[in-house]
Formats: sequence, structure tokens, C-alpha cells
Amino acid sequence: MAQARTAIVRTADRSAAERLGSVSTGNALELRGVTKLFGALAAISDVTLSVRPGERRAVLGSNGAGKTTLFNCVTGDFLPTSGTIRLFGEDLTNFPAHERIRRGLRRTYQISLLFGGMTVADNVYLACLGVSRGRFSLLRPRPSDAIVARAHELIEAVHLTRARDTLVSALSYGQQRQLEIALALAGAPRFILFDEPAAGLSPTERSELVAILSGLPDHIGYIIIEHDMDVALRVAESVTMMHNGRVFKEGTPEEIENDAEVQELYLGGGHG
Amino acid sequence: MADVLPTVAPRKSLLALERIPAPVWVLGLLLLAMPAFASNFVLFQIFGWSFILGMIALSLMVLAGYGGMVSLIQMTVAALAGYVVAILGTSGVTQISLGWPWWLYIPLAILIAAVFGTLVGALAVRTEGIYTIMITLAIAAAFFYFTRQNYGIFNGYTGFNNVIPPAWFGVDWRQAVPFYYMTLACAVLSYLAVLWMSRTPFGLALQGVRDNPRRMAALGFSVTAHRIVAYTFASVIAAVGGILLVWQNAQVTPGTAGIPQVIDILVIAVVGGLKRPIGPFIGALIYAILSVFASDILHAIGMSGERFKLVVGLGFLAVVGFSPDGVLGLWDKYQARREANRDPLLGGGR
Repeated sequence: MAQARTAIVRTADRSAAERLGSVSTGNALELRGVTKLFGALAAISDVTLSVRPGERRAVLGSNGAGKTTLFNCVTGDFLPTSGTIRLFGEDLTNFPAHERIRRGLRRTYQISLLFGGMTVADNVYLACLGVSRGRFSLLRPRPSDAIVARAHELIEAVHLTRARDTLVSALSYGQQRQLEIALALAGAPRFILFDEPAAGLSPTERSELVAILSGLPDHIGYIIIEHDMDVALRVAESVTMMHNGRVFKEGTPEEIENDAEVQELYLGGGHG
Repeated sequence: MADVLPTVAPRKSLLALERIPAPVWVLGLLLLAMPAFASNFVLFQIFGWSFILGMIALSLMVLAGYGGMVSLIQMTVAALAGYVVAILGTSGVTQISLGWPWWLYIPLAILIAAVFGTLVGALAVRTEGIYTIMITLAIAAAFFYFTRQNYGIFNGYTGFNNVIPPAWFGVDWRQAVPFYYMTLACAVLSYLAVLWMSRTPFGLALQGVRDNPRRMAALGFSVTAHRIVAYTFASVIAAVGGILLVWQNAQVTPGTAGIPQVIDILVIAVVGGLKRPIGPFIGALIYAILSVFASDILHAIGMSGERFKLVVGLGFLAVVGFSPDGVLGLWDKYQARREANRDPLLGGGR
């Protein structure tokens, strides 16, 4: 784990992140009254949420609670119907998705959205390229290219070195989830949204995932959506419970675990 | 998809001679030696035309194969470049043509066509699928009617005649052999440029945009900007093809970019195959052969030679009927079958 942590710290380009962070104040992520309507249906309603820089937050809730819609609004996949979204003090509410990424926001997807016909190396290279200045370059990368080197470091950090030249479509599901995390760590991430990263993983792969998430540099905060309470509560220091598109409860993992209403609603009662 | 996607890991030069397979050497030598055994008609009318149409179809391949955007504007971009050459350079219409030197009007023709292609791209990339086709077709049709009705700049229905290439090095480049080599050189350069582009960061990102635009946006790429730049790149290739086409015909008229010609470029690209940059040249060669010899075939079976488009259409249906990926798809199927029949122990065929 220590090795992974070292690699991630190096790869995450800490100096760049600090440089970006130095212009911001207050919360890392701040949502004020965010609502998303699909016709008459409110997928999320009046969500207000603040996450401090470096904070690790779990967002929990049953299916349909609005967790992924919340992520989609933050990343710009959907524009919210109302409300504001700020990242490190900057109002991103109407920014296109790629502009939010360039400001240090990253996400992983619940269903892997990887490039199946490309190798692992190409996928990570693209992720590093997306936040670099060489996106339109018509020069092919040299062996000494900083982006190529960074891509290789990231691959190492998520334990995919052996699969570096493997087509993504040939990876196991667990490896694809690891690759998702590598893509989220490319460039200089300041805040990451993990959408069910442990879904479908074996117990060993889950342990590896917990090690990777725990090994992230302190300055990188994140929100994790996770149905596996064991994983979520091990990697999060605070928890937001959602229900029917609204924030239902907030607190520490212990408070949430011991809350009678949460147990009734989320665990179906009968849990101690 | 895997066969068109490059591995971005650093690689040797595209021109590393040891990496060029033997069949490519043979093809290259054959093309270079072609004037030794082919007639002037074959050199000028079959191969010269194939290279030109192949380049214009190649520009469509860049957009459709690498970018996932089917555009019908490529022939129009090519024709615009041809018009600029005729207007700024010399032609038989002396009251309009400005007679500027070639080193001025050729770069300007490419530049103006590229700007036009980029602007069309900026409109078209905001749509997908059938809507992209409709928008580009509508602009192509508008260009056709505009040039036909505008006499002040485009000389209306008659267009420009006697548009010939400059006499570089004292050579008449409209003679069959020089023209063949000129078009061959341009086609090879265009092909290599596209091959090179496909392995650059821009090319890889373009293919990522084709496969998963949502994910690309989530990686920090502006999907719209990448698509528009692809139009610019493709337009440059189409413009060079357009200039050569005008020189070959010695004229440019609204019919150069008429609706049938616009559609023909799509037919050529689809028949050859959109997966790799060689596809459009294969499609163009098939199209040129069918177009040139179809009337002879029809005469032989007692039909009117004017119905040569029927033969072209049947050829198109035959190819896409057997292989939606065109001739390249047939070749891939053949290779896959050969691979499947290979003896796993001995390596030979079973």
C-alpha cells in the first residue's frame, strides 16, 4: 500500500494541484439547492452539500435515491434545473463537462465507460492527455514524453503494469474498475467522484480498492457512492444519506451506522 | 476497432524502411513503374482520376472512420478549392480570373477551402448521424445552386474552362505521365499524413471521441473542438484533391460538386472501406474502372451506354451486400478465415 501511495502522490502531480488549490478558498465542493427535473420527476431536489478540501465523503442511499444524478450534475453530464455548484469557490454550474475536468474534478462511472478497443496504456494516456496542453498535437509522443511517463506511473499505481499492453476489452471486470480509478487520477485531480467503484469486485479486489483509495494523497478529496457499506465506511470520514432525491442525513460513519432512522430506511430495520 | 487504433506508446518512425511489409514494396514499385507498361489513357483517366477521387474520399474517411461523422461536404470543399484556383489564377474566362501567381493562389485555395470546411464542420458537429448527413448535404446543394446562379464570381452554369496546372520545371503537367506522377505523389502524401495523424495525440483523441464522446468530455477533451479540427484536417486533403481534379478536367463548373458527385464520394469511401486510409483509394479505383468501362459493358449486352450509373450502383450493392465494411471488410474476413484455419501446432493451413 505504501508503494501505491508513493506512486499515486508522484503521479498526481502534487505541485500542480497545490498551484491550482492556492487560488481557491473554502469548500472543495459546494452544492446549493441543486434540483434536477426530468419532466415532472425530480431526480434530485434541493440538494445542499459541502465537502471540505481533502475530505472523503460517502454518499449512500437506496437505488433511485438520486446519487448518480447528483454526480452527473456535478460533472456536467446534466445541467441542473436549478441551484449552484461550486468547485473550490468557482461557480461551475453552467460549465461544460471538459471545463470542469480541467479545474481538477474527476469521476469514475458506475458502468465502465472505457475504450475497449484500446490498450490499457492508451486509455491512461488519453486520460493524461485530456488535461494537458498537447490535446491537438500532430506530433507523435517520444519515449521521453512526460505524458507517456505519467501514464506508466499511473498504471503502476493501480497495479495494472502487467496488463499495460492488453486490450481493455480483454481485462477482467475488477481490472477494468482499477483502470477507471487510474483515469480519474490522471493529471492533477483535486476532487474525485467515485461511482460504485467496488460493484462486482471480488473480496480480494475490494481490499485492493480500499488500499488504493486510502493511499490517495491527502489533498485529494472525494465523494464515493457505494452500496458495500464495509468499503464505504472504511474509506470515508463523513457520510451523506440520500432518500428520494433529497439529503436525508449527514454525519460520521459511526453516527450514520447507529442512527435508528437510517437503519430503518436503508437496512430495513432489525439491525443492531 | 482494434485494427485501426494505434498504440500510443512511442514508436519508430512511420518511414522506418524495415517496418514496411513486402507487399507494400511490390505495390510501390508497381505504381512507380506503371508508365512503362500502361497506356496514357489508363494513367490519366483511370489512375490519375482514382488518386484524386481517393484523396477526396480519404478526407471523408478521416471524418467517418476516425471521427464517426459522415459528411457529404467533401466534394464541395474540393470544388471550392478548384474554383479559387480558377478565379485567382488563370482560366479561359479572362474577365473574371485574376491571373495571380501559383505560389499565391494554390495556398489560398487550400486555405479558403479549409476555412469553409471548418465552418461547415462547426455547424455539423452539433448534430449526429442522419442529421449530420442532412446538414452537409443541404450546404452542398446550396453551394451547387449558388455557383450555378452566380455569374459575378463563379461564372454561373458554364464555370471556368482552360484551368491548367502551372508549368513547373518547364513540364506540361497535364500530359499523362507527369500528371500520373503528380497525383500519385499527392495521394501517397495524403495517405501518409492520415496514417501519421491517426497515431498522434490528436488522432487518438479523435478516435476516442468517435467511440465514447461522453467519456472523452469526462477526461477533459472538448468533443466539439476535436470534431471541428478534424473537419479542418480533412478539408485540406479534399482541397488538394479538388485542385488536381480541376487541373485534370481543365475546368470547374457547378456540376463538379453536383449532388450526384457529392454522393459518389460517399459511395467510393463505403465501397473501399472506412476502417483504414487505403480503403478510399481502393473504392476510387473500382469506381473509376466501372465508370470508364461501364458503357462498353452495357453496349456489349445491348443496353444504352448512358446507363453506366446502373453498373456503378450494382457494383456498390454487390460490395456492401457481401460486406458492409466494403472491400477492406472482405479482405479482413478472408484474413480471419485464414487465421481460423491455421493449424495451431504446425502453423500451416488445415
